[in-house]
Amino acid sequence: MQKKALTGAGASAEAMRQINPDVVAAYPITPQTPIMETFAKFVNDGKVSTELIRVESEHSAMSAVIGASSAGARAMTATSSVGLALMFEVVNAASGMRLPITMPVVNRALSSPINIHCDHSDTMACRDAGWIQLYSENAQEAYDNMFLAQKLSEHPEILLPTMIMQDGFITSHSVEPVEVLDDETAKSFIGSYNPEHSLLLSKKPVTFGALQLFDYFFETKRQQELAMDNVWRFYYSIADELTQLTGRQYPLAEPYHTEDAEVILVALNSAASTIKAVVNKLRKQGKKAGLLKIRLFRPFPYSEVSQHLQKVKSVGVFDRSYSFGANSPLLSEIISSLFGLEQAPKVQGYIFGLGGRDLLEADIEKAFEELFQGKTSFEKKYLGLRG
Amino acid sequence: MMNLFDFAKKAHKLLPGHRSCAGCPAPIVARAILSATDDEVVVSNATGCLEVVTTIYPQSSWNIPFIHNTFENAAATISGVETAYRSLKKSGRINQNRKIRFVAFGGDGGTYDIGLQSLSAALERGHTFTYVCYDNEGYMNTGGQRSSATPIGANTTTDPVGEVRVGKQESRKDLMKIVAAHHIPYAAQASLSNWPDLLKKAQKALSTEGPSFLLVLSPCVAVWKIKPDMAVELSRLAVDTCFWPLYEIEDGKFRLNFDPAGNKLPIAEFLKHQGRYKHLLEPKNKKLLDRLQAEVDHEFEKIKKLSEIGISVF
Ligand SMILES: Cc1ncc(C[n+]2csc(CCOP(=O)(O)OP(=O)(O)O)c2C)c(N)n1
Repeated sequence: MQKKALTGAGASAEAMRQINPDVVAAYPITPQTPIMETFAKFVNDGKVSTELIRVESEHSAMSAVIGASSAGARAMTATSSVGLALMFEVVNAASGMRLPITMPVVNRALSSPINIHCDHSDTMACRDAGWIQLYSENAQEAYDNMFLAQKLSEHPEILLPTMIMQDGFITSHSVEPVEVLDDETAKSFIGSYNPEHSLLLSKKPVTFGALQLFDYFFETKRQQELAMDNVWRFYYSIADELTQLTGRQYPLAEPYHTEDAEVILVALNSAASTIKAVVNKLRKQGKKAGLLKIRLFRPFPYSEVSQHLQKVKSVGVFDRSYSFGANSPLLSEIISSLFGLEQAPKVQGYIFGLGGRDLLEADIEKAFEELFQGKTSFEKKYLGLRG
Repeated sequence: MMNLFDFAKKAHKLLPGHRSCAGCPAPIVARAILSATDDEVVVSNATGCLEVVTTIYPQSSWNIPFIHNTFENAAATISGVETAYRSLKKSGRINQNRKIRFVAFGGDGGTYDIGLQSLSAALERGHTFTYVCYDNEGYMNTGGQRSSATPIGANTTTDPVGEVRVGKQESRKDLMKIVAAHHIPYAAQASLSNWPDLLKKAQKALSTEGPSFLLVLSPCVAVWKIKPDMAVELSRLAVDTCFWPLYEIEDGKFRLNFDPAGNKLPIAEFLKHQGRYKHLLEPKNKKLLDRLQAEVDHEFEKIKKLSEIGISVF
């Protein structure tokens, strides 16, 4: 293992270099671009044996990796924001065909108004697309999650594609120390990919993407759901195997000072780091503050979340996206996790950081303060919003 | 050259038993083209009639590896398969001696319209694959809507013959020239009615290094409103009226493969069998008919001249 100074994007590209996929197809979009540029340099310098398809759109990027993956190749792409929105049609086709494609997604707001900065509206819009979704707090997690993703996706009893998220600019463009596996260790962890069914490697010809009507479609969708359930069966053994190599833990939901906490905030991605800083500060003042960071958003770890949250007084849920006219995505999952508990904690949803608006420690402190006072409501609350 | 008897005896890549309408030529076009190579073939197919009738789960008529992804991405999808082939060959997971050809099929909607970007980019990137557009001049799988391949004057469900607008007013998009503008090694327009010509073109396309393109007329029994035994005859009339010139663009050089010359028929001979053109032969629509005739004449003369000149347009 070796420490390198890498941006989040650089960390993703480094993992891609070590995974050395057979085919990558991608299209540039800020803030994903440095992943693709770094990887393209690896390709052109002969550091990987990957065939890179420089496509004309994200729709074609996903379409081409679907072709490559169904052919029997290990295939990847990466995107952000409207790029993900443009590929939405085929994002669903990938999971429906049960192709273990992996895709770093650097979170960025969806248009309109056009905005290149971070929020989670892009990947939340794909939360029901049948992909495994892993969120990353920092560059290290953006790196580690790539390896978890590859193993989860390719597990013969899962065979689902995975998105690996990191926050646009905040993570993707900030340099951090990242512990990187040796190339050989990374390679043997990932192993080779030998699909049972493929266009080019199967002995008998296979038809991918057949038309299914009311007589079969429903069962096929149910099988996708069962594959999601299998993530629970195999996640821990895969994560433990990675822990043995890195020494780091990969809980589905990572608790931070939750054991004796009175108030817990729940968050995804880089906000967790900022909240940790505030928790540390409040703990010094003797306040029982905690954080629960969600790593795996799809499938959603309801029971783990419930276990961590059930004893606290109140929970604040931090969403970096809207579900317009309804509870925000993370908030609704947290409410579902707590539903039916005899003494469920009170829950308050907070929306913050849309379009890259900074999340300030002062805002987090304010939220903690309210929650310590037991002030919760069904109203949406906002952090860092004017007016 | 394989004759029809040889063809009938061949081990087919697209098997019978699919569910196309009686008399639909699209599967015949696909089977004929695929018979032109003895190499392994992998097919990608855009959403549309051909895909729908051949792959109703749990059955498939495809006796070769096949992928249908979505509507507009047959070219991008096959480019991914072809790239995987090169990559897996490089890493030794595919035997060096295996030779595989890659073919994408799309209707005119999936090719001229929604799939044009995907096709253009795959041509520009230079993958070795053959794109086949079976052109039935409209969106037939969804009930006969207009596409940019629909000719002037046709009655379609989204541009019907009305009181103030008489069907489609715009000319067909010239896809052959658009494709040729990518400077690909081989593009050809063909017709089922001229079987040896079609097979020869398929053989050329399927042995080209780099992208190749075939555009084949596919008269639609249901939407053109023709008799189920008329598809091949309509293809012949399309050629004999010069509505559907048989020609190739090879390394930029045009070659007209058939000139009816003195036997050229007026366009009405092609139209009169088709319900979608019933109105066009009425005297009140003569202007529109004349426009169509003028366009057909002009296009044919242009192709003829370009082939006589014999220089590469690249
Ligand atoms: C993105 C998208 N838009 C629209 C459709 C609906 N649709 C399915 S097939 C089709 C028409 C296909 O027409 P064409 O490509 O000409 O092939 P044909 O059915 O005529 O053989 C349409 C509009 C779709 N499946 N996907």
